[in-house]
Amino acid sequence: MSHLNIPNVSVRGLAATVPAMVKDNLTDPLVNDAEKILKNTGIHLRHVAPEHICASDLCEDAAKRLLDALEWTPEEIDCLIFVRQTPDYILPATVTILQEKLGISTSCYAIDISMGCSGYVMGLSNIAALMQSGLFKKGLLLVGDTISRTCSANDKSTYPLFGDAGTATALEYNPEAAEMKFSFGTDGSGKEAIIIKEGGYRHPFNSDSLVEKEIETGISRSGAQLVLDGMDVFSFGINKGPSSVKDLTGFFDIDMAEVDNFVFHQANLFMNEKIRKKLKIEPEKVPYSLGKFGNTSSATIPLTLISERKEALTSSHQRHIGCGFGVGLSWGSFYFETENLVIPEIAYLN
Amino acid sequence: MAVITNKKDKMDSEEFIQLFAEQFDETEASEFKAETSFRELEEWDSMVALMVIAMIDEEYNVKVSGDDIRNSTTVQDLISVVASKK
Repeated sequence: MSHLNIPNVSVRGLAATVPAMVKDNLTDPLVNDAEKILKNTGIHLRHVAPEHICASDLCEDAAKRLLDALEWTPEEIDCLIFVRQTPDYILPATVTILQEKLGISTSCYAIDISMGCSGYVMGLSNIAALMQSGLFKKGLLLVGDTISRTCSANDKSTYPLFGDAGTATALEYNPEAAEMKFSFGTDGSGKEAIIIKEGGYRHPFNSDSLVEKEIETGISRSGAQLVLDGMDVFSFGINKGPSSVKDLTGFFDIDMAEVDNFVFHQANLFMNEKIRKKLKIEPEKVPYSLGKFGNTSSATIPLTLISERKEALTSSHQRHIGCGFGVGLSWGSFYFETENLVIPEIAYLN
Repeated sequence: MAVITNKKDKMDSEEFIQLFAEQFDETEASEFKAETSFRELEEWDSMVALMVIAMIDEEYNVKVSGDDIRNSTTVQDLISVVASKK
């Protein structure tokens, strides 16, 4: 696996916004075997976006509230990164729309990154790498998806799992900062495990793209909807999750006993618990937001920190290891430290 | 990368069948034979499949794919897959 260590950059604040609309897996008529699904996946409630809410809208709301809470002005932001699988348009990059909506200077550096489950790790490493030399003083990392909008309501392998969320992470150049550390890996041979096949340029959107086909009992979807091979992803996750964290801690000689929070991409409880147990991490150090929000694609790691660790993060020094793994296939782990973060309440967008 | 030592160097079919059977809650262990068509069992579903994948990972340090499971009819087929990947 490849590695990166980045000095001089501190995370200052985190914010998240989710759609107000909630689906309850226990009462949703589209979910069969609800009790069993809840027990195995840990997913109970999912906030899902209606058609008028995009990932960028959720991130915009989170970013505005975070800037307010930090008392930063949009003009101070030197660089803006938007990580997502669900952009507003095929082109232009959605980050330009966010630059305008947030009132960030036209002088800013802005780029979209197309990543999902590993997206927070990739986004954080990118923005921190850009800021470490000190010419960019303040940066905003926006990470979010409306992945529920890609799922067929008649696909039991995806529909009960996914929720939507947008997050904002504020970063600042800080010569006193503890080094951020990263480990990365990529394996495109697993690209078919999580894929939306039609709508790009390999298989353009066509007159059949909306036709729903039965793949097997309980799984019907169109070519423009999300495919998830649960068995392949599980097999991948229980291997690469632990090996990525071990690679990070081994390469950088990080003492896992001194880490306060191990935040994993929220895939499903069964898989995540396998990963936790393989790494022999005590349950108290591994927060879950799966029950409240489901799998929110790229947003799961910051959303879980905000939802489950707000008190500790806003009032103390904390050491974090995070690990994202999935679509690509792509995976990565980070280590960073925070001190008295600014975290506004989670907001619910109508 | 940490090196994980293989717990088992040789495949023991009887032991595999027993470990395989342990992933089922309702189906009697005595029902499982090498020639059992496991995907036709009433209890077989995607969750049991994940538990079997996890068991093979933990006990044999072998990573099986969705296709490995889908292309296996009998428990013996799966034993052959695991043996070939060790």
